[in-house]
Amino acid sequence: MKIRVTVLPKPSVLDPQGVAVAGAMKHLGWDQPGRVRVGKVIEIEAPGGRPSEEKLHAICRDLLSNPVIEDYTVDFVE
Amino acid sequence: MRFAVLRFPGSNCDQDCLRTLRDSFGEKAESVWHKDTSLRGFDTIIVPGGFSYGDYLRCGAIARYSPVMRAVAEEAARGTPVLGICNGFQILCEAGLLPGALVRNRGLHFICRQVHLLLENDTSLFTRAGHTGQVLRIPVAHGEGCYFADEATLRRLEDGNRVAFRYCDAHGEVTAENNPNGSLRNIAGILNESGNVLGMMPHPERACEERLGSTDGRIVFESLLGSALAATR
Repeated sequence: MKIRVTVLPKPSVLDPQGVAVAGAMKHLGWDQPGRVRVGKVIEIEAPGGRPSEEKLHAICRDLLSNPVIEDYTVDFVE
Repeated sequence: MRFAVLRFPGSNCDQDCLRTLRDSFGEKAESVWHKDTSLRGFDTIIVPGGFSYGDYLRCGAIARYSPVMRAVAEEAARGTPVLGICNGFQILCEAGLLPGALVRNRGLHFICRQVHLLLENDTSLFTRAGHTGQVLRIPVAHGEGCYFADEATLRRLEDGNRVAFRYCDAHGEVTAENNPNGSLRNIAGILNESGNVLGMMPHPERACEERLGSTDGRIVFESLLGSALAATR
């Protein structure tokens, strides 16, 4: 199984990459994108099964994201 | 005075710091590898600039888990001065030794040039050789130097006189035009609550000799050296 962690900038943090990407969409002929945020996806293989909920959130909160500037979500992929 | 200059895989300004401390100030400065676990006996710890761990994940996010960072936290708690410059500032924020975070520059460009800084607190261990209101010329070199913190944190920093430096113009006016990276409230450097940890994006170690274009960075090191002298009296 795999654990997929998605990390995105918090809405309160200016995301200049997202702004630039939204601008580029206009070059492709779509001139009405709303807010675009650019983050990252971290895929973790877990052949031995998933860690405890507590451990997993500690990893997401203390390493994979910075709670000052980012939010994260966790998905499990079979 | 004995300085520790930390070195992580990907640090590069550690050499600038060592050279400045040894050659410009004649002080003892030693390189400390990130796997070392003790910083006992050092009077000041410098977390230098660079690209620790290639800036993977986030700037400073992996370096903060290096073994030496536990020793940095212990020494910081003991009151030893800790100076984080550029990537060092990012690492100290990631480690929770300073509040807030540094994100991508608003203009997305890597910026490498001289900037003006307004010195806002001349009572700290790192700034007491200068005076409040003084304008310094010190270079920046970063892609992720935009300081961010929530409103409550910003208020705590300002109310506690913990903003050491702000980006300004040549006359000391703090304006949006002179904010190189989009930092909130033009913040370029902050102190921790006890005042013995300073993080700053500009590079004082690159502004200590005339031939490098400015000697204004000397204020930071002269303050530290003066503080050490005062402590031994």
